[in-house]
Amino acid sequence: MNRLKAILTALGHGITERLWRLGFAARFFFLLLVHSGQTFSRPRLLLREIWFSGVLSLVIILVSGLFVGLVLGLQGYETLQRYGSSEALGILVALSLVRELGPVVAALLFASRAGSAVTAEIGLMKATEQLKAMDMMAVNPIARVVAPRFWGGVISMPLLAALFSAVGVFGGYLIGVVFIGVDEGSFWSQMQASVDFRTDIMNGIIKSFVFGIAVALIAVFEGYDSIPTAEGVSRAITRTVVTSALAILALDFVLTSFMFRGL
Amino acid sequence: MNRTVLDFWVGLFVAIGIASLLFLALKVGNLGSFSPSQTYVLKAAFDNIGGLKVRGAVKSAGVVVGRVSSIEFDPKTYEAVVSMEIDTHYRFPRDSSLSILTSGLLGEQYIGVDAGIDDQQNLDGSQLVTRTNSAVVLEKLISQFLFDKAAEPPAPKP
Amino acid sequence: MPGFAFFIAEDQTSVTSAEPLVEISGLHFSYDQKPVLAGIDMVFPRGKLIAIMGGSGCGKTTLLRLIGGQLSPSSGAVRVSGQEVHKMGQSGLYALRRRMGMLFQFGALFTDISVFDNVAFALREHTDLPEELIRDLVLMKLNAVGLRGACDLMPNELSGGMARRVALARAIALDPMLMMYDEPFTGLDPISLGVIGQLIRRLNDALGATSVMVTHDIQETMLIVDYIYFMSAGRVVAEGTPDEIRASTDPFVHQFVHAEADGPVRFHYPAPDLEQSLLGAASGGRA
Repeated sequence: MNRLKAILTALGHGITERLWRLGFAARFFFLLLVHSGQTFSRPRLLLREIWFSGVLSLVIILVSGLFVGLVLGLQGYETLQRYGSSEALGILVALSLVRELGPVVAALLFASRAGSAVTAEIGLMKATEQLKAMDMMAVNPIARVVAPRFWGGVISMPLLAALFSAVGVFGGYLIGVVFIGVDEGSFWSQMQASVDFRTDIMNGIIKSFVFGIAVALIAVFEGYDSIPTAEGVSRAITRTVVTSALAILALDFVLTSFMFRGL
Repeated sequence: MNRTVLDFWVGLFVAIGIASLLFLALKVGNLGSFSPSQTYVLKAAFDNIGGLKVRGAVKSAGVVVGRVSSIEFDPKTYEAVVSMEIDTHYRFPRDSSLSILTSGLLGEQYIGVDAGIDDQQNLDGSQLVTRTNSAVVLEKLISQFLFDKAAEPPAPKP
Repeated sequence: MPGFAFFIAEDQTSVTSAEPLVEISGLHFSYDQKPVLAGIDMVFPRGKLIAIMGGSGCGKTTLLRLIGGQLSPSSGAVRVSGQEVHKMGQSGLYALRRRMGMLFQFGALFTDISVFDNVAFALREHTDLPEELIRDLVLMKLNAVGLRGACDLMPNELSGGMARRVALARAIALDPMLMMYDEPFTGLDPISLGVIGQLIRRLNDALGATSVMVTHDIQETMLIVDYIYFMSAGRVVAEGTPDEIRASTDPFVHQFVHAEADGPVRFHYPAPDLEQSLLGAASGGRA
């Protein structure tokens, strides 16, 4: 009986703890939006964060995108040529990149490259009392530190996803057309005939935008909410990467089921 | 970090990001290939549209002239009514016929327009086009073939 | 020093009133239902340097946070310059904080910007001064703490004492009326410690500010402050000028000043009697 009571108490405690955290995150998001004005009235703050999350992620995004495109080209050709339709390689590479792999893989890389860095930065600023010092200097840390990092991530993410897809298509072209020798004209024309701007490319951009909001919010929240010790910050970084990955994949499923239903 | 260096890199990043969006839209997607500015609507009735989809192509002599804008079912005639947006540059005679065709053996389906010979009047949206050929349904084709085979007299033995 | 002339000219208006700058009355504060402060009454007159002393974990830093409005009390009131701190909204609180300076325990310098930008931070955020004027002001503040030559260094290139002095320059950037120091002497060598102590005293007099210092370094404090409050277990247990404190016969003050291990502040954390615990364990564990 006592054991059962203990289990129920632990369960209830776990649930209330999580609900409380969720509520805190929602309130944090609201505050973040309220205090976003400064981010856009002082573009220098925003530029610095786009540099940190966008420009510094360029190398990993470009290299990964190229390799994913190369692999798609090889695997796709291998399968398609069995059915004698190797010209459809362009469609396969472009659709899988634009619809799924571009937004999802770029967001996963972005979470581990830029998201973790943002969490670490904010967490360390909290651990060394920099946020409290800022608050005592009558400067709101959410407006000055958190909001620019959030918007920097939100702006960088769709651009990085587009770059990933573009480089991936180029990788598929390299393998398919340059190395294997699929006809160049049919590679591009079949691709263009089947990839629709509105249903495929726009939806991909919308996805990457939503992922950008999710990853940036998780990263700044975990940093701001971290326990201000070395161990606390390192756990917050881990949580950023894990939670972001789960959020990206779950959101991807939800968005895909809305976007491509019945098409 | 020097200010101008930072500005340069952020500017470069945003520029190549937008360039790759344009690449996706124009080179990978179909935004550049067919985007008619002005269109008129044609409606046609089909017995069976097979796998035709909204935004499918409308082609004449292999050239894209329009897109399917909606597909409805008419409960009175039990036919499918397909609306198409056709570029105003292209006009077809009244006795043109529309058929649902497939690109390649397993490709997607589109509407093909075979121009007629009536040079007095052109098709416009005022009436339903009824000179149509339905999609070829593979199952029907196969069963037809089997029936014909069965109906044939057995080949005389040598 | 050229820096100080500037401070005096700036702040003469705020020293005229005779009422105390900070009044704390009946202040209670609990953290997770554990009482930290249990009824604090203090008065900080204008222009004085006041020390709040006591052992670690007696709620001294919490008290500073309450004065700065970063925490809210469970009951009682803090009045700064006649205004009740915890009845103000966010904008009122921020307006008040622009006239407060706080030195954090380890400086809390912004690690991603240079020493110069750290000191210029508040000036850039709160004023529209042209960059040349900001430059002059910052160099003056840095000169006041003797670190004008270090203005291009990054915070990670500074020693502990230098970082504390830069943080001090940053805290006085807006010429505050109230300076708060959270453990300014922790982790410093004797020379740096003396330098910081003298700076705190000189800046207080030059700024015409009121300063509150939370510390447990009794020797250095006695030399520079005007008045001392002793705190223990969330209460004020003794107060007086340094001379009164030295002459005090209060057992707590005596223990603290002479650094005795046992006295009114117990060496042992509260526990059942040792003999009983040991015997109880031997006869088959806890009942």
